[in-house]
Amino acid sequence: MALAHEARLEGEAGETNGALAVSALMARMGGAEKHGPSASSTLDVLRVLYERVLRVSPATARAPERDRFVLSKGHGPMAYYAVLASRGFFDPSWLDAFGGFGSPLGHHPDRVLIPGVEVGSGSLGHGLPIAVGMALGLRARGLVGPRVVCLVGDAELDEGSNHEAIAFAARAGLEALSVVVIDNASASLGWPGGIGRRFEVEGWRVSTVDGRDHAALAVALADVRQRRPSAVVAVVEPKGGQ
Amino acid sequence: MTMRERFFEASSALLERDARVAVVLADISAAAFGAAARRCPERVINVGIREQLMLGVASGLALEGFRPIAHSYAPFLIERAYEQVKLDFGHQGVGAILVSVGASFDWAEGGRTHHAPADVALMDALPGWVVQVPGHPDEVGPILEAAVRSDDATYVRLSVRSNRAAHATGGVTVVRRGGGATVVAVGPMLDSVLAATADLDVTVLYAVTVRPFDAAGLRAVAGDTVILVEPYLEGTSTHVVSEALQGRLHRTLAIGVPRVELRRYGTARDHEQAYGLDPHALRRRIQTFITTEGLAA
Repeated sequence: MALAHEARLEGEAGETNGALAVSALMARMGGAEKHGPSASSTLDVLRVLYERVLRVSPATARAPERDRFVLSKGHGPMAYYAVLASRGFFDPSWLDAFGGFGSPLGHHPDRVLIPGVEVGSGSLGHGLPIAVGMALGLRARGLVGPRVVCLVGDAELDEGSNHEAIAFAARAGLEALSVVVIDNASASLGWPGGIGRRFEVEGWRVSTVDGRDHAALAVALADVRQRRPSAVVAVVEPKGGQ
Repeated sequence: MTMRERFFEASSALLERDARVAVVLADISAAAFGAAARRCPERVINVGIREQLMLGVASGLALEGFRPIAHSYAPFLIERAYEQVKLDFGHQGVGAILVSVGASFDWAEGGRTHHAPADVALMDALPGWVVQVPGHPDEVGPILEAAVRSDDATYVRLSVRSNRAAHATGGVTVVRRGGGATVVAVGPMLDSVLAATADLDVTVLYAVTVRPFDAAGLRAVAGDTVILVEPYLEGTSTHVVSEALQGRLHRTLAIGVPRVELRRYGTARDHEQAYGLDPHALRRRIQTFITTEGLAA
Protein backbone atom coordinates (compact mmCIF):
# COMPACT_ATOMS: atom_id res chain seq x y z
CA MET A 1 0.00 0.00 0.00
CA ALA A 2 2.73 2.42 1.03
CA LEU A 3 4.64 1.73 -2.16
CA ALA A 4 1.58 2.14 -4.28
CA HIS A 5 0.76 5.40 -2.53
CA GLU A 6 4.26 6.74 -3.13
CA ALA A 7 4.15 5.73 -6.73
CA ARG A 8 0.86 7.55 -7.09
CA LEU A 9 2.27 10.71 -5.54
CA GLU A 10 5.24 10.55 -7.88
CA GLY A 11 2.90 10.00 -10.80
CA GLU A 12 0.87 13.04 -9.84
CA ALA A 13 3.96 15.23 -9.63
CA GLY A 14 5.01 13.95 -13.06
CA GLU A 15 1.55 14.66 -14.36
CA THR A 16 1.68 18.28 -13.24
CA ASN A 17 4.99 18.84 -14.99
CA GLY A 18 3.77 17.03 -18.07
CA ALA A 19 0.53 19.01 -18.12
CA LEU A 20 2.43 22.28 -17.90
CA ALA A 21 4.75 21.27 -20.71
CA VAL A 22 1.93 20.12 -22.98
CA SER A 23 -0.24 23.18 -22.31
CA ALA A 24 2.74 25.43 -23.05
CA LEU A 25 3.11 23.60 -26.35
CA MET A 26 -0.59 23.95 -27.10
CA ALA A 27 -0.40 27.67 -26.43
CA ARG A 28 2.05 27.99 -29.32
CA MET A 29 -0.73 27.17 -31.77
CA GLY A 30 -2.69 30.41 -32.15
CA GLY A 31 -5.74 31.07 -34.25
CA ALA A 32 -7.28 27.70 -33.56
CA GLU A 33 -10.52 28.79 -31.94
CA LYS A 34 -12.57 26.66 -34.30
CA HIS A 35 -11.33 23.43 -32.83
CA GLY A 36 -10.76 24.57 -29.24
CA PRO A 37 -13.23 22.44 -27.26
CA SER A 38 -12.58 19.30 -29.31
CA ALA A 39 -8.84 19.78 -28.80
CA SER A 40 -8.90 19.84 -25.01
CA SER A 41 -11.37 16.94 -24.72
CA THR A 42 -8.73 14.51 -25.97
CA LEU A 43 -5.80 15.94 -24.02
CA ASP A 44 -5.67 13.65 -21.01
CA VAL A 45 -6.35 10.48 -22.98
CA LEU A 46 -3.60 11.39 -25.44
CA ARG A 47 -1.13 12.10 -22.65
CA VAL A 48 -1.88 8.83 -20.87
CA LEU A 49 -1.59 6.91 -24.13
CA TYR A 50 1.75 8.42 -25.14
CA GLU A 51 3.24 8.77 -21.65
CA ARG A 52 2.13 5.48 -20.11
CA VAL A 53 0.50 3.05 -22.50
CA LEU A 54 1.69 2.99 -26.10
CA ARG A 55 4.97 1.29 -26.92
CA VAL A 56 6.07 3.78 -29.53
CA SER A 57 8.69 6.51 -29.65
CA PRO A 58 10.35 8.60 -32.36
CA ALA A 59 13.01 5.87 -32.58
CA THR A 60 10.41 3.16 -33.21
CA ALA A 61 7.92 5.23 -35.22
CA ARG A 62 8.36 2.93 -38.22
CA ALA A 63 9.28 -0.30 -36.42
CA PRO A 64 6.99 -3.29 -37.09
CA GLU A 65 6.76 -3.98 -33.35
CA ARG A 66 5.47 -0.51 -32.44
CA ASP A 67 1.97 0.09 -31.12
CA ARG A 68 -0.18 1.95 -33.63
CA PHE A 69 -2.33 4.91 -32.62
CA VAL A 70 -5.05 6.13 -34.98
CA LEU A 71 -6.59 9.52 -34.26
CA SER A 72 -9.84 9.04 -36.14
CA LYS A 73 -11.38 12.18 -34.75
CA GLY A 74 -8.96 14.46 -36.59
CA HIS A 75 -10.75 17.61 -35.48
CA GLY A 76 -8.93 19.70 -32.90
CA PRO A 77 -5.48 18.14 -33.33
CA MET A 78 -3.65 20.70 -31.15
CA ALA A 79 -3.52 18.37 -28.16
CA TYR A 80 -2.30 15.59 -30.45
CA TYR A 81 0.39 17.81 -31.97
CA ALA A 82 1.45 19.06 -28.54
CA VAL A 83 1.74 15.52 -27.20
CA LEU A 84 3.68 14.33 -30.27
CA ALA A 85 6.03 17.31 -29.96
CA SER A 86 6.48 16.71 -26.23
CA ARG A 87 7.44 13.10 -27.00
CA GLY A 88 9.96 14.25 -29.59
CA PHE A 89 8.27 13.09 -32.80
CA PHE A 90 8.92 16.53 -34.30
CA ASP A 91 10.46 19.79 -33.25
CA PRO A 92 8.17 21.96 -31.09
CA SER A 93 9.02 24.94 -33.32
CA TRP A 94 6.69 23.35 -35.92
CA LEU A 95 3.77 24.31 -33.67
CA ASP A 96 4.35 28.04 -34.22
CA ALA A 97 3.32 27.81 -37.88
CA PHE A 98 0.22 25.66 -37.17
CA GLY A 99 -2.11 25.84 -40.16
CA GLY A 100 0.28 27.92 -42.25
CA PHE A 101 0.80 27.28 -45.95
CA GLY A 102 4.27 25.85 -45.44
CA SER A 103 3.46 24.03 -42.20
CA PRO A 104 3.17 20.24 -41.98
CA LEU A 105 0.59 20.80 -39.24
CA GLY A 106 -2.89 21.40 -40.61
CA HIS A 107 -6.15 21.70 -38.73
CA HIS A 108 -6.49 18.00 -39.47
CA PRO A 109 -3.42 15.73 -39.31
CA ASP A 110 -1.78 14.29 -42.42
CA ARG A 111 0.29 11.13 -41.98
CA VAL A 112 2.32 11.91 -45.08
CA LEU A 113 3.56 15.15 -43.52
CA ILE A 114 3.91 14.42 -39.79
CA PRO A 115 6.26 11.87 -38.21
CA GLY A 116 4.41 9.60 -35.81
CA VAL A 117 0.97 10.11 -37.36
CA GLU A 118 -0.27 6.70 -38.48
CA VAL A 119 -3.41 7.79 -40.35
CA GLY A 120 -4.43 11.12 -41.84
CA SER A 121 -7.91 12.05 -40.63
CA GLY A 122 -10.40 14.89 -40.57
CA SER A 123 -13.44 13.45 -42.29
CA LEU A 124 -15.19 11.53 -39.53
CA GLY A 125 -15.65 7.79 -39.58
CA HIS A 126 -12.57 6.75 -41.54
CA GLY A 127 -10.15 5.85 -38.74
CA LEU A 128 -11.84 2.87 -37.13
CA PRO A 129 -12.32 0.88 -40.36
CA ILE A 130 -8.67 1.58 -41.20
CA ALA A 131 -7.64 0.52 -37.68
CA VAL A 132 -9.55 -2.74 -38.19
CA GLY A 133 -7.53 -3.29 -41.37
CA MET A 134 -4.30 -2.59 -39.49
CA ALA A 135 -5.23 -5.10 -36.78
CA LEU A 136 -6.03 -7.68 -39.47
CA GLY A 137 -2.70 -6.82 -41.07
CA LEU A 138 -0.82 -7.40 -37.80
CA ARG A 139 -2.54 -10.77 -37.48
CA ALA A 140 -1.70 -11.74 -41.07
CA ARG A 141 1.91 -10.68 -40.51
CA GLY A 142 2.09 -12.83 -37.39
CA LEU A 143 2.89 -9.77 -35.25
CA VAL A 144 1.28 -10.59 -31.92
CA GLY A 145 3.08 -7.94 -29.85
CA PRO A 146 1.79 -4.65 -31.24
CA ARG A 147 -1.71 -3.31 -30.79
CA VAL A 148 -3.86 -0.72 -32.55
CA VAL A 149 -5.58 1.96 -30.48
CA CYS A 150 -8.13 4.14 -32.25
CA LEU A 151 -9.57 7.35 -30.80
CA VAL A 152 -13.05 8.41 -31.86
CA GLY A 153 -15.46 11.05 -30.59
CA ASP A 154 -18.97 10.38 -29.32
CA ALA A 155 -20.40 12.54 -32.12
CA GLU A 156 -18.16 10.81 -34.63
CA LEU A 157 -19.96 7.58 -33.77
CA ASP A 158 -22.93 9.02 -35.70
CA GLU A 159 -21.08 7.96 -38.85
CA GLY A 160 -22.34 4.55 -39.94
CA SER A 161 -18.89 3.36 -40.99
CA ASN A 162 -18.01 3.00 -37.30
CA HIS A 163 -20.87 0.59 -36.80
CA GLU A 164 -19.72 -1.49 -39.74
CA ALA A 165 -16.35 -1.72 -37.99
CA ILE A 166 -17.73 -2.31 -34.47
CA ALA A 167 -19.83 -5.27 -35.64
CA PHE A 168 -17.04 -6.79 -37.71
CA ALA A 169 -14.14 -6.34 -35.27
CA ALA A 170 -15.75 -8.33 -32.48
CA ARG A 171 -16.86 -11.16 -34.76
CA ALA A 172 -13.32 -11.32 -36.12
CA GLY A 173 -11.99 -11.53 -32.54
CA LEU A 174 -9.57 -8.65 -33.06
CA GLU A 175 -8.04 -8.62 -29.59
CA ALA A 176 -5.19 -6.35 -30.72
CA LEU A 177 -7.72 -3.57 -31.40
CA SER A 178 -8.84 -1.02 -28.82
CA VAL A 179 -11.11 1.96 -29.27
CA VAL A 180 -11.21 4.91 -26.95
CA VAL A 181 -14.32 7.04 -27.28
CA ILE A 182 -14.00 10.59 -26.00
CA ASP A 183 -17.49 11.31 -24.71
CA ASN A 184 -18.11 15.02 -24.36
CA ALA A 185 -21.82 14.59 -25.02
CA SER A 186 -21.53 16.27 -28.39
CA ALA A 187 -23.60 13.81 -30.45
CA SER A 188 -26.64 15.85 -31.53
CA LEU A 189 -29.09 13.02 -30.96
CA GLY A 190 -27.27 11.44 -28.02
CA TRP A 191 -26.75 7.73 -27.37
CA PRO A 192 -29.74 6.47 -25.35
CA GLY A 193 -28.64 3.65 -23.06
CA GLY A 194 -25.02 4.74 -23.25
CA ILE A 195 -22.18 4.49 -25.75
CA GLY A 196 -20.71 1.39 -24.13
CA ARG A 197 -23.85 -0.58 -24.99
CA ARG A 198 -23.14 -0.17 -28.72
CA PHE A 199 -19.90 -2.08 -28.23
CA GLU A 200 -21.11 -4.54 -25.58
CA VAL A 201 -23.92 -5.88 -27.70
CA GLU A 202 -21.34 -6.78 -30.35
CA GLY A 203 -19.13 -8.57 -27.81
CA TRP A 204 -16.50 -5.94 -27.05
CA ARG A 205 -14.93 -5.68 -23.60
CA VAL A 206 -16.06 -2.26 -22.40
CA SER A 207 -15.15 0.10 -19.60
CA THR A 208 -16.35 3.60 -18.90
CA VAL A 209 -13.98 5.92 -17.05
CA ASP A 210 -13.39 9.54 -16.12
CA GLY A 211 -11.57 10.95 -19.12
CA ARG A 212 -9.55 13.28 -16.89
CA ASP A 213 -8.39 10.62 -14.40
CA HIS A 214 -4.96 9.52 -15.57
CA ALA A 215 -4.69 6.54 -13.23
CA ALA A 216 -8.11 5.21 -14.25
CA LEU A 217 -7.36 5.81 -17.92
CA ALA A 218 -4.03 3.99 -17.67
CA VAL A 219 -5.74 0.93 -16.19
CA ALA A 220 -8.57 0.99 -18.72
CA LEU A 221 -6.22 1.50 -21.68
CA ALA A 222 -3.74 -1.20 -20.65
CA ASP A 223 -3.00 -3.87 -23.24
CA VAL A 224 -5.18 -6.80 -22.19
CA ARG A 225 -5.95 -9.50 -24.75
CA GLN A 226 -9.13 -11.50 -24.31
CA ARG A 227 -9.84 -12.75 -27.83
CA ARG A 228 -12.05 -9.74 -28.44
CA PRO A 229 -11.53 -6.02 -28.99
CA SER A 230 -11.85 -3.55 -26.16
CA ALA A 231 -13.53 -0.16 -25.90
CA VAL A 232 -12.92 2.55 -23.32
CA VAL A 233 -15.50 5.31 -23.00
CA ALA A 234 -13.63 8.30 -21.57
CA VAL A 235 -16.17 10.75 -20.21
CA VAL A 236 -15.19 14.43 -20.13
CA GLU A 237 -17.08 17.69 -19.59
CA PRO A 238 -19.98 18.22 -22.03
CA LYS A 239 -18.87 20.23 -25.06
CA GLY A 240 -21.55 22.87 -24.63
CA GLY A 241 -21.31 23.02 -20.84
CA GLN A 242 -17.91 24.65 -20.28
CA MET B 1 -13.98 -18.22 -69.07
CA THR B 2 -15.21 -14.71 -68.21
CA MET B 3 -13.06 -11.80 -67.04
CA ARG B 4 -14.53 -12.29 -63.58
CA GLU B 5 -13.51 -15.96 -63.52
CA ARG B 6 -10.03 -15.02 -64.74
CA PHE B 7 -9.87 -12.55 -61.88
CA PHE B 8 -10.75 -15.26 -59.34
CA GLU B 9 -8.16 -17.57 -60.86
CA ALA B 10 -5.39 -14.98 -61.04
CA SER B 11 -5.96 -13.48 -57.60
CA SER B 12 -6.21 -16.91 -55.96
CA ALA B 13 -2.86 -17.84 -57.53
CA LEU B 14 -1.34 -14.53 -56.43
CA LEU B 15 -2.59 -15.10 -52.86
CA GLU B 16 -0.66 -18.36 -52.75
CA ARG B 17 2.43 -17.03 -54.43
CA ASP B 18 2.81 -13.65 -52.75
CA ALA B 19 2.32 -13.22 -48.98
CA ARG B 20 1.76 -9.50 -49.52
CA VAL B 21 -1.49 -10.09 -51.38
CA ALA B 22 -4.79 -9.85 -49.50
CA VAL B 23 -8.35 -9.92 -50.83
CA VAL B 24 -11.10 -7.90 -49.15
CA LEU B 25 -14.71 -8.59 -50.03
CA ALA B 26 -18.16 -7.35 -49.05
CA ASP B 27 -20.04 -10.62 -49.65
CA ILE B 28 -20.03 -10.31 -53.44
CA SER B 29 -17.91 -13.14 -54.92
CA ALA B 30 -17.19 -14.52 -51.42
CA ALA B 31 -18.16 -18.03 -52.51
CA ALA B 32 -15.74 -17.86 -55.45
CA PHE B 33 -12.92 -17.15 -53.00
CA GLY B 34 -13.96 -20.01 -50.68
CA ALA B 35 -11.03 -22.28 -51.56
CA ALA B 36 -8.55 -19.38 -51.39
CA ALA B 37 -9.99 -18.38 -48.01
CA ARG B 38 -9.42 -21.89 -46.67
CA ARG B 39 -5.80 -21.81 -47.85
CA CYS B 40 -5.08 -18.20 -46.75
CA PRO B 41 -7.68 -17.45 -44.06
CA GLU B 42 -5.89 -14.38 -42.76
CA ARG B 43 -5.55 -12.78 -46.19
CA VAL B 44 -9.02 -13.41 -47.62
CA ILE B 45 -11.34 -11.21 -45.61
CA ASN B 46 -15.08 -10.97 -46.14
CA VAL B 47 -16.49 -8.11 -44.04
CA GLY B 48 -20.11 -8.75 -44.98
CA ILE B 49 -22.21 -6.16 -46.79
CA ARG B 50 -20.11 -3.25 -45.52
CA GLU B 51 -18.46 -1.34 -48.34
CA GLN B 52 -17.08 1.52 -46.25
CA LEU B 53 -15.40 -1.05 -44.02
CA MET B 54 -14.17 -3.06 -47.01
CA LEU B 55 -12.23 -0.04 -48.26
CA GLY B 56 -11.05 1.04 -44.79
CA VAL B 57 -9.80 -2.49 -44.14
CA ALA B 58 -8.00 -2.48 -47.49
CA SER B 59 -6.36 0.80 -46.48
CA GLY B 60 -5.28 -0.58 -43.09
CA LEU B 61 -3.81 -3.64 -44.79
CA ALA B 62 -1.93 -1.41 -47.24
CA LEU B 63 -0.57 0.60 -44.30
CA GLU B 64 0.72 -2.69 -42.90
CA GLY B 65 2.57 -3.41 -46.13
CA PHE B 66 0.06 -5.60 -47.95
CA ARG B 67 -1.21 -5.30 -51.54
CA PRO B 68 -4.94 -5.43 -50.89
CA ILE B 69 -7.38 -6.32 -53.66
CA ALA B 70 -10.87 -5.01 -52.87
CA HIS B 71 -13.63 -6.26 -55.09
CA SER B 72 -17.34 -5.71 -55.61
CA TYR B 73 -19.91 -4.56 -58.12
CA ALA B 74 -18.78 -1.26 -59.62
CA PRO B 75 -21.48 0.93 -57.99
CA PHE B 76 -20.74 -0.53 -54.54
CA LEU B 77 -16.97 -0.48 -54.95
CA ILE B 78 -16.52 3.01 -56.40
CA GLU B 79 -19.68 5.03 -55.83
CA ARG B 80 -21.10 3.86 -52.51
CA ALA B 81 -17.99 4.72 -50.50
CA TYR B 82 -16.30 7.16 -52.85
CA GLU B 83 -14.89 9.27 -50.01
CA GLN B 84 -13.10 6.16 -48.73
CA VAL B 85 -11.63 5.71 -52.20
CA LYS B 86 -10.51 9.34 -52.08
CA LEU B 87 -9.13 9.50 -48.54
CA ASP B 88 -8.14 5.98 -47.51
CA PHE B 89 -5.58 5.35 -50.27
CA GLY B 90 -3.94 8.23 -52.13
CA HIS B 91 -4.39 10.66 -49.25
CA GLN B 92 -2.72 8.14 -46.90
CA GLY B 93 0.14 7.67 -49.35
CA VAL B 94 -0.71 4.00 -50.00
CA GLY B 95 -2.01 2.07 -52.96
CA ALA B 96 -4.53 -0.73 -53.43
CA ILE B 97 -6.10 -2.67 -56.25
CA LEU B 98 -9.83 -2.17 -56.73
CA VAL B 99 -11.44 -4.67 -59.08
CA SER B 100 -15.04 -4.15 -60.16
CA VAL B 101 -17.54 -6.18 -62.11
CA GLY B 102 -20.78 -4.98 -63.66
CA ALA B 103 -19.33 -2.14 -65.74
CA SER B 104 -21.84 0.31 -67.25
CA PHE B 105 -24.81 -2.00 -67.74
CA ASP B 106 -23.56 -5.61 -67.86
CA TRP B 107 -26.48 -6.79 -65.79
CA ALA B 108 -29.04 -4.84 -67.79
CA GLU B 109 -31.97 -6.48 -66.01
CA GLY B 110 -30.49 -5.30 -62.70
CA GLY B 111 -31.32 -1.70 -63.58
CA ARG B 112 -29.77 1.59 -62.51
CA THR B 113 -28.77 0.36 -59.04
CA HIS B 114 -26.29 -2.07 -60.58
CA HIS B 115 -25.01 0.16 -63.39
CA ALA B 116 -21.92 2.36 -63.02
CA PRO B 117 -21.24 4.26 -66.25
CA ALA B 118 -19.58 7.07 -64.24
CA ASP B 119 -16.99 4.94 -62.42
CA VAL B 120 -14.02 5.82 -64.61
CA ALA B 121 -14.95 9.52 -64.56
CA LEU B 122 -14.98 9.36 -60.76
CA MET B 123 -11.58 7.64 -60.64
CA ASP B 124 -10.31 10.20 -63.16
CA ALA B 125 -11.15 12.94 -60.66
CA LEU B 126 -8.67 11.51 -58.14
CA PRO B 127 -4.91 12.02 -58.45
CA GLY B 128 -2.58 9.14 -59.13
CA TRP B 129 -4.93 6.26 -59.95
CA VAL B 130 -4.08 3.81 -62.70
CA VAL B 131 -7.25 2.72 -64.51
CA GLN B 132 -7.27 -0.53 -66.48
CA VAL B 133 -10.16 -1.48 -68.77
CA PRO B 134 -9.40 -4.93 -70.22
CA GLY B 135 -11.26 -6.03 -73.32
CA HIS B 136 -10.70 -9.78 -73.09
CA PRO B 137 -10.50 -12.33 -70.25
CA ASP B 138 -6.92 -13.27 -71.20
CA GLU B 139 -5.84 -9.69 -70.49
CA VAL B 140 -6.98 -9.83 -66.87
CA GLY B 141 -4.24 -12.05 -65.40
CA PRO B 142 -1.27 -10.02 -66.68
CA ILE B 143 -2.95 -6.76 -65.61
CA LEU B 144 -3.48 -8.11 -62.10
CA GLU B 145 0.03 -9.52 -61.82
CA ALA B 146 1.55 -6.20 -62.90
CA ALA B 147 -0.69 -4.34 -60.45
CA VAL B 148 0.44 -6.57 -57.58
CA ARG B 149 4.09 -6.03 -58.49
CA SER B 150 3.68 -2.25 -58.37
CA ASP B 151 2.66 -0.12 -55.43
CA ASP B 152 0.20 1.93 -57.46
CA ALA B 153 -3.39 2.63 -56.67
CA THR B 154 -5.06 0.71 -59.49
CA TYR B 155 -8.67 0.38 -60.59
CA VAL B 156 -9.45 -2.61 -62.81
CA ARG B 157 -12.83 -2.51 -64.53
CA LEU B 158 -14.05 -5.95 -65.61
CA SER B 159 -16.96 -6.57 -67.94
CA VAL B 160 -18.94 -9.41 -69.45
CA ARG B 161 -18.62 -7.55 -72.76
CA SER B 162 -15.52 -8.83 -74.48
CA ASN B 163 -13.60 -8.79 -77.75
CA ARG B 164 -13.09 -12.05 -79.64
CA ALA B 165 -9.33 -11.96 -79.17
CA ALA B 166 -6.93 -10.59 -76.58
CA HIS B 167 -4.63 -7.76 -77.61
CA ALA B 168 -1.59 -6.05 -76.21
CA THR B 169 -2.51 -4.30 -72.97
CA GLY B 170 -1.06 -0.99 -71.82
CA GLY B 171 -1.36 2.40 -73.50
CA VAL B 172 -2.51 2.92 -77.08
CA THR B 173 -1.50 0.22 -79.55
CA VAL B 174 -2.21 0.25 -83.28
CA VAL B 175 -4.65 -2.48 -84.27
CA ARG B 176 -5.30 -1.25 -87.82
CA ARG B 177 -3.45 1.47 -89.65
CA GLY B 178 -5.22 3.68 -92.15
CA GLY B 179 -5.28 7.26 -93.35
CA GLY B 180 -7.41 10.11 -92.06
CA ALA B 181 -9.03 9.85 -88.68
CA THR B 182 -7.86 7.93 -85.64
CA VAL B 183 -10.37 5.92 -83.62
CA VAL B 184 -9.41 5.04 -80.04
CA ALA B 185 -11.31 1.96 -78.85
CA VAL B 186 -11.22 1.38 -75.11
CA GLY B 187 -11.31 -2.20 -73.79
CA PRO B 188 -14.41 -4.15 -74.80
CA MET B 189 -15.36 -1.58 -77.49
CA LEU B 190 -12.64 -2.76 -79.88
CA ASP B 191 -14.57 -5.42 -81.82
CA SER B 192 -17.53 -3.11 -82.34
CA VAL B 193 -15.18 -0.36 -83.53
CA LEU B 194 -13.39 -2.74 -85.92
CA ALA B 195 -16.73 -3.89 -87.33
CA ALA B 196 -18.02 -0.33 -87.59
CA THR B 197 -14.93 0.91 -89.44
CA ALA B 198 -14.22 -2.16 -91.59
CA ASP B 199 -14.73 -0.19 -94.81
CA LEU B 200 -13.52 3.18 -93.53
CA ASP B 201 -10.01 4.47 -94.05
CA VAL B 202 -9.16 5.08 -90.41
CA THR B 203 -6.50 4.07 -87.91
CA VAL B 204 -7.84 2.04 -84.99
CA LEU B 205 -6.03 2.18 -81.66
CA TYR B 206 -6.72 -0.07 -78.70
CA ALA B 207 -6.36 1.24 -75.15
CA VAL B 208 -6.59 -0.76 -71.93
CA THR B 209 -4.64 1.52 -69.59
CA VAL B 210 -6.81 4.62 -69.78
CA ARG B 211 -5.19 6.41 -66.81
CA PRO B 212 -2.57 7.59 -67.02
CA PHE B 213 -3.53 8.01 -70.67
CA ASP B 214 -0.86 7.28 -73.25
CA ALA B 215 -0.75 10.84 -74.56
CA ALA B 216 2.59 10.40 -76.33
CA GLY B 217 1.32 7.26 -78.06
CA LEU B 218 -1.78 9.03 -79.33
CA ARG B 219 0.14 12.13 -80.40
CA ALA B 220 2.60 10.01 -82.37
CA VAL B 221 -0.13 8.29 -84.38
CA ALA B 222 -3.06 10.69 -84.58
CA GLY B 223 -3.58 13.41 -87.13
CA ASP B 224 -6.15 16.13 -86.60
CA THR B 225 -9.26 13.98 -86.15
CA VAL B 226 -9.77 11.69 -83.15
CA ILE B 227 -12.80 9.60 -82.35
CA LEU B 228 -12.90 8.22 -78.84
CA VAL B 229 -15.08 5.18 -78.17
CA GLU B 230 -15.39 4.37 -74.47
CA PRO B 231 -17.64 1.81 -72.74
CA TYR B 232 -18.47 4.25 -69.93
CA LEU B 233 -19.65 7.83 -69.51
CA GLU B 234 -19.40 9.74 -72.79
CA GLY B 235 -16.59 12.26 -72.82
CA THR B 236 -14.70 10.79 -69.88
CA SER B 237 -11.42 10.98 -71.82
CA THR B 238 -12.05 14.03 -74.02
CA HIS B 239 -9.80 16.13 -71.83
CA VAL B 240 -6.87 13.72 -72.06
CA VAL B 241 -7.17 13.66 -75.87
CA SER B 242 -7.25 17.45 -75.80
CA GLU B 243 -4.14 17.53 -73.61
CA ALA B 244 -2.39 14.95 -75.82
CA LEU B 245 -2.97 17.08 -78.93
CA GLN B 246 -2.42 20.42 -77.26
CA GLY B 247 -1.06 23.01 -79.68
CA ARG B 248 -2.37 21.07 -82.68
CA LEU B 249 -5.62 22.00 -84.41
CA HIS B 250 -7.80 18.97 -84.01
CA ARG B 251 -11.36 17.76 -83.71
CA THR B 252 -12.60 15.16 -81.25
CA LEU B 253 -15.77 13.11 -81.25
CA ALA B 254 -16.48 11.39 -77.94
CA ILE B 255 -18.70 8.33 -78.00
CA GLY B 256 -19.76 6.57 -74.83
CA VAL B 257 -22.66 6.05 -72.47
CA PRO B 258 -24.82 9.21 -72.38
CA ARG B 259 -26.01 10.92 -69.19
CA VAL B 260 -29.50 9.50 -69.25
CA GLU B 261 -31.46 7.15 -67.07
CA LEU B 262 -33.13 4.80 -69.49
CA ARG B 263 -35.25 2.81 -67.02
CA ARG B 264 -35.07 -0.19 -69.35
CA TYR B 265 -33.91 -3.74 -68.67
CA GLY B 266 -33.24 -6.35 -71.36
CA THR B 267 -29.65 -7.16 -72.27
CA ALA B 268 -26.37 -5.29 -72.41
CA ARG B 269 -26.67 -5.48 -76.20
CA ASP B 270 -30.07 -3.76 -75.99
CA HIS B 271 -28.46 -0.96 -74.02
CA GLU B 272 -25.61 -0.60 -76.50
CA GLN B 273 -28.16 -0.21 -79.26
CA ALA B 274 -30.19 2.28 -77.25
CA TYR B 275 -27.08 4.41 -76.67
CA GLY B 276 -25.73 4.13 -80.22
CA LEU B 277 -22.80 1.93 -79.21
CA ASP B 278 -23.52 -1.02 -81.52
CA PRO B 279 -21.41 -1.39 -84.69
CA HIS B 280 -24.15 -0.05 -86.97
CA ALA B 281 -24.69 3.15 -84.98
CA LEU B 282 -20.96 3.58 -84.41
CA ARG B 283 -20.33 3.40 -88.14
CA ARG B 284 -22.98 6.06 -88.82
CA ARG B 285 -21.65 8.40 -86.10
CA ILE B 286 -18.02 7.97 -87.11
CA GLN B 287 -18.70 8.36 -90.82
CA THR B 288 -20.81 11.47 -90.27
CA PHE B 289 -18.05 13.03 -88.21
CA ILE B 290 -15.35 12.16 -90.76
CA THR B 291 -17.45 13.49 -93.62
CA THR B 292 -18.10 16.73 -91.79
CA GLU B 293 -14.34 17.10 -91.52
CA GLY B 294 -14.14 18.01 -95.21
CA LEU B 295 -16.99 20.51 -94.83
CA ALA B 296 -15.39 22.14 -91.81
CA ALA B 297 -12.10 22.60 -93.70
